[in-house]
Amino acid sequence: MGERLGSGATPRTVHPGAWWIWAIGLAIAASATTNPLLLGLIIGVVALVVQARREDAPWGRGFGLYLRVGLLIVVLRVGLRIFFGGEYGTTVLFTLPEIPLPDWVAGIRIGGEVTAESILAAFYDGLRLATIVICFGAANSLANPKRLLRLLPNALYEVGAAVTVALSMAPQLAESVARVRRARRLRSGRGGPRAVLLPVLEDALDRSVSLAAAMDARGYGRSAGESAARRRATAGLLILGLLGASIGLYALLDASAPVPFGAPTLGVGLALVVVGIWTAGRRTRHTHYRDDPWAAAEWAIVASTGAALALLVLGASIDPASLHPSLVPLEWPTLAMLPTVGVLVAGLPAVLAPMPPLRAALAESTPTVTPAASTVQP
Amino acid sequence: MISFDRVSVTYHGAAHPTIRDVTLEIGEGELWLVAGPTGSGKTTLLRTINGLVPHFTGGLLSGTVRVAGRNPRDHPPRELADLVGFVAQDPAHGFVTDTVEEELAYAMEQLAVPPAVMRTRVEETLDLLGIADLRGRPLRDLSGGQQQRVAIGSVLTAGPRILVLDEPTSALDPTAAEEVLAAILRLVHDLGMTVVLAEHRLERAVQYADRLIQLSADGMARSGDPQALLADGDIVPPVVELGRLAGWEPLPLSIRDARGRASDIRDRLVRPLTAERRGDGPIAMAASGVSVRYGSIVAVRDVSVDLREGEVTVLMGRNGSGKSSLLWALRGVGRRSAGRVLVGGVDPASVGDDDARRLVGLVPQAPGDLLYLETVAAECERADLDAGASAGTTRTLLDELQEGIRSDAHPRDLSEGQRLALVLAIQLAAAPAAILLDEPTRGLDYPTKRRFAGILRTLARSGHAVLVATHDVELAASVAERVLVLAAGDLVADGSPEEVLTASPALAPQVAKVIGPGWLTVDQIREAMLSGVKAEAGR
Repeated sequence: MGERLGSGATPRTVHPGAWWIWAIGLAIAASATTNPLLLGLIIGVVALVVQARREDAPWGRGFGLYLRVGLLIVVLRVGLRIFFGGEYGTTVLFTLPEIPLPDWVAGIRIGGEVTAESILAAFYDGLRLATIVICFGAANSLANPKRLLRLLPNALYEVGAAVTVALSMAPQLAESVARVRRARRLRSGRGGPRAVLLPVLEDALDRSVSLAAAMDARGYGRSAGESAARRRATAGLLILGLLGASIGLYALLDASAPVPFGAPTLGVGLALVVVGIWTAGRRTRHTHYRDDPWAAAEWAIVASTGAALALLVLGASIDPASLHPSLVPLEWPTLAMLPTVGVLVAGLPAVLAPMPPLRAALAESTPTVTPAASTVQP
Repeated sequence: MISFDRVSVTYHGAAHPTIRDVTLEIGEGELWLVAGPTGSGKTTLLRTINGLVPHFTGGLLSGTVRVAGRNPRDHPPRELADLVGFVAQDPAHGFVTDTVEEELAYAMEQLAVPPAVMRTRVEETLDLLGIADLRGRPLRDLSGGQQQRVAIGSVLTAGPRILVLDEPTSALDPTAAEEVLAAILRLVHDLGMTVVLAEHRLERAVQYADRLIQLSADGMARSGDPQALLADGDIVPPVVELGRLAGWEPLPLSIRDARGRASDIRDRLVRPLTAERRGDGPIAMAASGVSVRYGSIVAVRDVSVDLREGEVTVLMGRNGSGKSSLLWALRGVGRRSAGRVLVGGVDPASVGDDDARRLVGLVPQAPGDLLYLETVAAECERADLDAGASAGTTRTLLDELQEGIRSDAHPRDLSEGQRLALVLAIQLAAAPAAILLDEPTRGLDYPTKRRFAGILRTLARSGHAVLVATHDVELAASVAERVLVLAAGDLVADGSPEEVLTASPALAPQVAKVIGPGWLTVDQIREAMLSGVKAEAGR
């Protein structure tokens, strides 16, 4: 824990779990408020941290995409509300021609009066969802999702490997579609979707087969001499456990079920799952190369998001209205002291977290481009 | 180390075995080179060594393979990972992780190597392959040669004693290929690694091989001393062809072998007086100030070039020097940030797709991207319709390019050379004034390449302007009438092949290296020797 924080810290990769906890914390904060100023502040803080601490690698270049998705969510939300607006509020901004609908679709309206209240409500709602999406985008850009999967317990190794492969397939598929679409124009661009789909599928299939061959040749799936009986026992434990857990959970949530029945079933089910994972984990033997350490920087990152949430909750208990600006009557949203400070605290990792190694090397070799000045690529 | 005893492999549904009765004895620390025409079973032979055939591919394997005492038939490939390192043809397709270091460690994680050992082995491997500076870099950002070396490293870390490589240099430019081969040689010489290597471009690798395996189209194999085997057969590198022509014994395999003996024929060569001159046809395509930028990266910078009718121009340059970007920009489909291209007074980027392809045709690097129908006949009919040509045009063109492609064959089942011919025929059906080809000879064997060179010359004679982007210097030497060289997006050389190709060792064909500047192909030497003989007789 003798690590220095801030700009003097030795460049290294931050534990992916820390960034995910940080992002999830901010997403929870965002879900607790509809105040557009506060949501905007969260987006700003997230963008700042991503810009300052993302790695110069493919997974670190996707943040712009999430920003655009966020914008799309807001636009869609507001657009839909304008066309299918309910009667809500009294401040009519303009009136669209209304399409009369038969009686049996009561409650749905197309066109008609558009009020400021309904547009604002849609905007607040959309912005909240967009902020949550952007928070997850930030986690993806700050921490390689594949490194996160390495944290899975050994029993889930195969699942993790499958997800890892799927994660690398997605960008390759996009590249392949772009390439084939471009190539199709060389041949008049006719042939319909089939002309794109077929070569792309063929390409994806080829790639998957080569990848599987390469993984096999490099020792993926070597078994440590596990007997078939034990494998079956493990699978049985896992299935029984999951079944028990589901029934128990259902019984707990369903008010009509006898309460004493739910909790024990859930407990026994979960216990079975844990035992199953444990025995399965002993089956596959792997080692990990360079596990990311959890040190001072990780604690600082997690603490920043924790502090933000705490201040938000405190702020909400003092002045609940500050998190949810009133729509009826229309009021200008304001920033309350405590939540604002909280969100700003969550931005501290932008300076506290160590620089990722490749970015640090880049900054060293070209001193004129400081990392803060380089922009987040779309 | 590896022994094959009458090994045959027959894939499911195939009428004939892919490899037949192969018997080999590969000793420890030897470098074996596998050669043979496309489709002769090189990959199959390599895959039997680590058990991918038959465990992964299926098929019937008869005979016995033994690898360091183990029989791959009883062990799936993953159980042999610590014994045989297998590097497939396209390294990028086999990457599992994101960064160089993680990729090197992947095999060791599977073998449950303790973390401390992993760290030291990764360091050793980084040094051994000369990629220490790439350590933390994302794999997708690496060049082809770097990716290939990382792929080799990623199997080496498991500690195998045998390394099997499937065409490790086929996608690489000459310089990157040298680097990869140098790394492989270091493994053979310093670590005593046993290496089995398949390669189309014998000129790159044959000089380093202890033994050569020649597979023929029917799957039979001959193995032995490279010099003895190369004395006949039609898959030989130019330096061997030259040695045969000059009657040198033993046959030279490397430039060094040949160079010492070249003095006796050098004086006998008489340069033909009626050398074909070029550069007098009308201009088919005039490009000026073409630039291509992707964000902050400049792929092509201010290139101006005129292509003439009846001329084959070859565009050369390292991997990533902007060759493809330039071709796509000239065609008008790819990004063009600045500049204009005129074909018959019209810019192909300014008209619709149907009109543009009557001006310029482009055969992309992956020709299969253009094919989507079930049979060759259907593709040809569709091409006639698309191009507005009379029925049967494409089929006739295809027969002119390459005979014997069955109409009911599925385009995916064609060999690389046949598929290339099909796509070329489809593009020619629109009768473009200029035809551009992006890296067409990747994966083609010598006879196919020679035929293809003939096709390019015929195209030019029939009035097309032909531009071929390639890093195959031997192809360039045999077809080019003009050579352009791109370096980091700039056009750095534009001239006759005699001037440009012999100027740098990376671009010089073997004949130029042996005989001297001004000579490019064995055919030229053959003619010059003949006229030399005539001159003697006439005196």
